[in-house]
Amino acid sequence: MHDTLTALRLEARWALADSLAMARRNLIRYVRSPELLVFSTINPVMFVLLFTYVFGGAIDVGPVNYIDFLLPGILVQTVVFGAVQTGVGLAEDLSSGMVDRYRSLPMTRSAVMAGRILADTVRNVFVVLLMIGVGYAIGFRFNASPAAIIAVPIVLVIFGQAFSWISAAIGVTVRETETAQVAGFVWIFPLTFMSSMFVPVHTMPGWLEAFASVNPITVTVDLLRGLSQGGEIMPSLWQTAAWTVGLVAFFSAVAITQYRRLS
Amino acid sequence: MREAPEHPVTAGARPSAIVVRGMSKAYGKVQALDDVSLNVAAGTIHGLLGPNGAGKTTLVRILTTLLPPDSGRAWVAGFDVAREATQLRSRIGLAGQGAAVDEYLTGRENLELVGRLYHLNRSTAERRAAELLERFDLTEAADRRSKTYSGGMRRRLDLAASLVADPEVLLLDEPTTGLDPRARRELWAVIRQLVSDGTTVLLTTQYLEEADELADRITVVDLGRVIAEGTAQELKQRTHGDVLSVVVGDPEQADAALGVVARHGSGDARIGDDGVTVTMPVAGGAAKLAAIIRDLDAAGVAISDIGVRRPSLDDVFLALTGHTAGADRAD
Repeated sequence: MHDTLTALRLEARWALADSLAMARRNLIRYVRSPELLVFSTINPVMFVLLFTYVFGGAIDVGPVNYIDFLLPGILVQTVVFGAVQTGVGLAEDLSSGMVDRYRSLPMTRSAVMAGRILADTVRNVFVVLLMIGVGYAIGFRFNASPAAIIAVPIVLVIFGQAFSWISAAIGVTVRETETAQVAGFVWIFPLTFMSSMFVPVHTMPGWLEAFASVNPITVTVDLLRGLSQGGEIMPSLWQTAAWTVGLVAFFSAVAITQYRRLS
Repeated sequence: MREAPEHPVTAGARPSAIVVRGMSKAYGKVQALDDVSLNVAAGTIHGLLGPNGAGKTTLVRILTTLLPPDSGRAWVAGFDVAREATQLRSRIGLAGQGAAVDEYLTGRENLELVGRLYHLNRSTAERRAAELLERFDLTEAADRRSKTYSGGMRRRLDLAASLVADPEVLLLDEPTTGLDPRARRELWAVIRQLVSDGTTVLLTTQYLEEADELADRITVVDLGRVIAEGTAQELKQRTHGDVLSVVVGDPEQADAALGVVARHGSGDARIGDDGVTVTMPVAGGAAKLAAIIRDLDAAGVAISDIGVRRPSLDDVFLALTGHTAGADRAD
């Protein structure tokens, strides 16, 4: 009994050490491939500028400023689009033979995936803070308690992680960089637009509104609007929590099972 | 302290570092390995020789726990590939066909990462990385991204990565494929050096020259089956003597030359892929040379070269399989 516990504790320590080593490797890759960083920051900056200045005047969101309405949506879009990179990176390691080397080492098997998701989470923290800064420059303001403001990046990072697991499951299944890119994006694009990200859902046709209201993107965007503007956070808080837990549980199981079945 | 290995050990002073018993693996309808058995004595280089599609890579993937076998068992460094995979992985090194180095990391970072993943502590991983960079002549390039390395440097870095944990058994899957002759010779020297330090090496290759040059023993595989095993010398004796070869000046006369040569032997005379070289195994070849030259002259065949040579592994492969090693497997 005691031995089993010691062995388990040792295994958990190695799992953590291996995941950190892999996360460090992936972060070094991000820093040294600026095209990736540029892609993951230029895109959301462009979206926030285009929507604010091109569509902003035409979209009626009630008594709030459009930028205060828009930015929480852009932040969610940033982490969700960024998650595609998790699967693309995994597929790249699979097709280049890196994963063969890792699998022949005595390292914890799940660390290849956990390390990548950890690195993508760290990247998300940076990109989210950057986007909040850009928002501030063009008129976005928090109007909430410090606790609620601090909760904003935390919610984003956790929610982004859930989408990283979906992306990981795709990457480890298709195992090919370009396919992972396409398969990762093709459904995310409509999913983000069929939500409250850019427009209030009550302006949509009934059938679409019904879909948009339960969309995990909508509930998370609504939660962030509540948190950043001092508004209502129920029921979107528990809806976001339920979606996040459900997505992580299901897709991490799929991704890890697929990884173990590699041969 | 390690327990005594439970696997069968060959008689003699040297225990087996790799034991394969009745190993089979199929991909759908393609039988990649068909009842393969193999012993590799500790501290030796064993060559696994065969054309593309012979099953070499499949066997390496099974021995490195990347792929489960359909049936059969195998032990590497005394550990069962199926049941003791984790212990096994900490005692082996793998260098594959694709040079699995991370292009965005420097040579040093690549080796230190692998060291950490072998669960060496930080200072040991750093020390090993520095030693290996020195040994593989990569010290100057150590802090450059491996993206900037030449093909030969990448292979050396890949091989260095497989040695980080000082493995008992090293598995090299076509380590020199795609390298120029100079880089190939450099890598050969490194591999020889390793074995003199006590490491056991299983090396797959399609190059007969490479197996001949490096391996203490050679297993010839074709279509998933072992078709011969022995030292390079033993395998060459399978061709029963020497090989006579005649090169004709005019391809039109190759058939005539074949007819003349065949009269002097016991069969197996053939025209090579180049269309001008006729070869045939002969016993006591030198004595027959004069008679053959006379007969060729009488038949009006103009020859540009003629000679008797010791058989190459190419001849051996041909004698064993009926086709040359260079020919790809037709599916």
